[in-house]
Amino acid sequence: MASNTIAAIATPAAMGGVSMIRVSGPEAFSIAEKVFHPFQGKVLEQMKGYTAAYGGFYEGKDQIDDGVALVYHAPKSYTGEDVVELTCHGGILITRKILRLLLDQGARMAQAGEFSKRAFLNGKMNLTQAESIMDLIASQNEQALKSARAQMNGALFSKINGVKETLLEVAAHLAAWVDFPEEDIEEVEQEHLLQSLSGALKDARELLSTFDTGKILREGIETTIVGKPNVGKSTLMNLLAGCEKSIVTDIAGTTRDVIEESVNLGNVVLRLADTAGIRQTDDKVEQYGVELALKRMKTAGLVLAVFDYSVELSEEDEKILEAVKEEKMPAIAVINKTDLQGKLDEDKLKQYFQNIVYISANNTDSIKLLSDQIQEVLGFAHIDPSAAMLANERQRLCAQQAERALQESVDALQMGMTLDAVTVSVESAIEALLELTGERVTDTVVDQVFHQFCVGK
Amino acid sequence: MSYQMECYDVAVIGAGHAGVEAALAAARLGAKTVIFTLSLDAIANMPCNPSIGGTAKGHLVREIDALGGEMGKAADATFLQSRMLNRGKGPAVHSLRVQSDRRKYHHYMKTALEQQENLRIKQDEIVDFTLDETGRVTQLITKLGAVYGVKAAIVCSGTYQRGMIHVGEVSYSSGPDASLPSIGLTDRMKEKGITIRRFKTGTPSRVHRRSIDFSKLERQDGDDPITPFSFTTKGELRNQVSCYIAYTNEETHQVIRDNLHRSPLYSGRIEGIGPRYCPSIEDKVVRFADKNRHQLFVEPMGDDTEEMYLQGMSSSLPEDVQLAFLRTIKGFEQIEVMRNAYAIEYDCCDPQDLLPTLEFKKVKGLYGAGQFNGTSGYEEAAAQGLIAGINAALAVQGKESFVLDRASSYIGTLIDDIVVKGCSDPYRMMTSRSEYRLILRQDNADKRLTPLGYQLGLISEKRYQQFLQKVEAIDQEIERLKKTTISPSEQLNELLVSRETSPMTTGQRETELIRRPQLSYDDLAPFDPDRPELSREIREQVEIEIKYEGYIKKQLSQVEEMRKMESKLLPETLNYEEISGLRLEAIEKLKKVKPLNIGQASRISGVSPADISVLLIWLEQERQGKKTESGEEKA
Repeated sequence: MASNTIAAIATPAAMGGVSMIRVSGPEAFSIAEKVFHPFQGKVLEQMKGYTAAYGGFYEGKDQIDDGVALVYHAPKSYTGEDVVELTCHGGILITRKILRLLLDQGARMAQAGEFSKRAFLNGKMNLTQAESIMDLIASQNEQALKSARAQMNGALFSKINGVKETLLEVAAHLAAWVDFPEEDIEEVEQEHLLQSLSGALKDARELLSTFDTGKILREGIETTIVGKPNVGKSTLMNLLAGCEKSIVTDIAGTTRDVIEESVNLGNVVLRLADTAGIRQTDDKVEQYGVELALKRMKTAGLVLAVFDYSVELSEEDEKILEAVKEEKMPAIAVINKTDLQGKLDEDKLKQYFQNIVYISANNTDSIKLLSDQIQEVLGFAHIDPSAAMLANERQRLCAQQAERALQESVDALQMGMTLDAVTVSVESAIEALLELTGERVTDTVVDQVFHQFCVGK
Repeated sequence: MSYQMECYDVAVIGAGHAGVEAALAAARLGAKTVIFTLSLDAIANMPCNPSIGGTAKGHLVREIDALGGEMGKAADATFLQSRMLNRGKGPAVHSLRVQSDRRKYHHYMKTALEQQENLRIKQDEIVDFTLDETGRVTQLITKLGAVYGVKAAIVCSGTYQRGMIHVGEVSYSSGPDASLPSIGLTDRMKEKGITIRRFKTGTPSRVHRRSIDFSKLERQDGDDPITPFSFTTKGELRNQVSCYIAYTNEETHQVIRDNLHRSPLYSGRIEGIGPRYCPSIEDKVVRFADKNRHQLFVEPMGDDTEEMYLQGMSSSLPEDVQLAFLRTIKGFEQIEVMRNAYAIEYDCCDPQDLLPTLEFKKVKGLYGAGQFNGTSGYEEAAAQGLIAGINAALAVQGKESFVLDRASSYIGTLIDDIVVKGCSDPYRMMTSRSEYRLILRQDNADKRLTPLGYQLGLISEKRYQQFLQKVEAIDQEIERLKKTTISPSEQLNELLVSRETSPMTTGQRETELIRRPQLSYDDLAPFDPDRPELSREIREQVEIEIKYEGYIKKQLSQVEEMRKMESKLLPETLNYEEISGLRLEAIEKLKKVKPLNIGQASRISGVSPADISVLLIWLEQERQGKKTESGEEKA
């Protein structure tokens, strides 16, 4: 099953810089050698693990680029197989060409998440680590990177372990107390038990509350821009366009389509996919109807409502205010045309928005102001990106199971249920945490985890 | 010189607690059975503590009884004192334990064997066996040279195989309780590819009653009323004796520490691995150095003897040291030792060599049960004996095997644990070993297992009908309670307030009230005039099923999950080396255990979740491969 050799571009297909192509599998060396020729006559397979060779990439006899091959021998590699990492200088075209050559020589295009899947199956990482690695690859902005790295180093792992240790201790005491009633075993103190379980419950809740933040860091936040026609949406768009960044590659069959409408603002990725994209012409943006935007607001994670400083609030503006009030999602009032005479009822706006930003086309600070307000409204200003965070649905589900079981155990204890019932809930919580870190497997875990590895590889 | 004797369907080697149940079960299922014992006077002997039951062990006895075994009945007929342990800790962990009259227990079981149809008893030692060309056991050979033809044989040799007793610096070849050891059989087994290991266990001294000053000890009385082990035991049961609690002290520990160098354990003369759960007193003193006292129980050995058993004081220190440390204990100043404490080493198999039917994977028709399988305890032994006896008889009769899964019983849990995970020290049953313990209670063992015992033919029609009546009475009463509404009244609210639970303002379903932890079914009798007259047993079941309904439902859904994994079968011929992605350690373990399904595989230590993923993926590929193949055939 893992007997074929796979290859894929491991760096995002952004312009410039260097790109890396990873080849993994039993034929990694021989396939790579047909495309990459070390200059000093080295043979990849005979090189020591973790050493590099400088050489050229060849299409037939023509050298198309130069670069470095880094060699790993199984099982001491990321995937646990023989691995060659080829780094070239070329942009997207050259990189793809080299990949194509490798595929021609017998490598197979890696499926989404396949490197990590192999690493996982070869026992190179536990589930939390595997998932974090996927995040590491997928994440394009600084904060997500920090958070993902922290998980790799075990912030999430050690947080879960802490809770697990407490619970194991409790469970062990309960077990000993029950199984050795004639030994001198310390009575289980209800008060102490309640304290331990409540503490664990609190930790589990904290962990759960990180999920939304973690998700936003990783995947970006769906953002809707609303405003009546000609209010200045295009001004906002133009400002955002300056921060435009494509976050995912578009290599066919490997990842999802390019999301052109993602912008990287400070530490947050705004996803504008559902709104009229920033590439649309000014006219179209301005014609983008309030009615439609109002509908989209319902599913958005962040709303940027644009108002014209130079005119009074209109009926359409009022509709937006009502919608913001009703939906209760994070929203920022963006006031445009601040270089003109102000007629806008700012006091009224303040009743609806806690965060207001003033922008104008020729104010270069506008973006910084907007970015700060977004951090503020999303509650990012105060988070530590290296804290333990749940990263995906599977982890959240496990954490939630643990939280529920702990709640049950606390309830049972407070209700005065016998301790055999309390014990069973404690053990369910332990089980859920073990599942979270991949120390215990249920039927669906693997499928679920690798199903979610569609964001990169 | 060898000579041919008669032929049997099932032969049981050893007549201890495993052997007795195995022989009775096989004979009762209609197999022509023989049981061999080194001494007829040692049938169902209790060479260690004179007691049956205890935490989780009590569950096992109830389950054995629910399946039609003998241990519960024998314990009820010969007990001296009975206690339900863990009262107040919840019904799941209630465990029955009795002090037994050890001679009477032996006598009861010997009579049971003697009176059993289809069963012969023979005092002899089996030293060898032969296999046919297919690797199936066909003959047993005795020390005297007799050859018995057999279709199946069950090894229940307890601690007798190459038994070696250690007391201080002295070691000698011996079985337990000054009996002869059995020598040769395990060597022959080794030759046939069965792994043989060395385990050790120990027993404390027996002392004379008159030498104890009971006024310095704490007394411990039995329960009133008494719950019997057997679901068939009726009539009043009475405690005959009291037990006593004494404590070691700093002086005791000093004597032990000063003489550790004379212990065969610490000097390294004992190689066998002892039970973690039943440490010798010197072990306790060394491992728990900060404890300034250890508890010990003084228990009578029978009602016609002055011998008293000192539970908690097993030791392999020299005789003079034993006497010295005992005499430091309050109340034991003048102690007279009648039998010394000793450690015993013995041969046992590795239960990972066994199938869940307890048949050896490598030798067809050969089964193992009891202490020989690496467990400790009479109850664990009897449980395995019963299952091995049933399966040997079924196999001989060409019928489907009988395997209890983890969710059915402690018996199933025990066997799954030892055959899948194996054991590195003598295995003792504990309630914490069962993940389904809220449904595997000692009180509902009949509901879980009696229908199975009936299907097998070990439960009589009459007993089964009585069982069905009981279940119906329980169900009816629960249904009635669900429909009954209790109105608030001054009297009821007084009760509620006195129990520190909230008073009522409107009527409530009676089941809701019973669910309150502060209230019992019986508490509400005065407020429920339509209540039928029901036995204590039935009232107890009604209350537990209502009170724990939510938990029981949850556990049942976990059982379903488990059974799903259990139903993903791994082919017996599977070559794990060919599955790439499995780690080396996992391949070794899987090759050794040959799990029958994914559920079992996931419980093997050394098999990681990642390995299980690989197996799941492999199974999925196989399944899809087969689908495509058959699809192509159709096309």
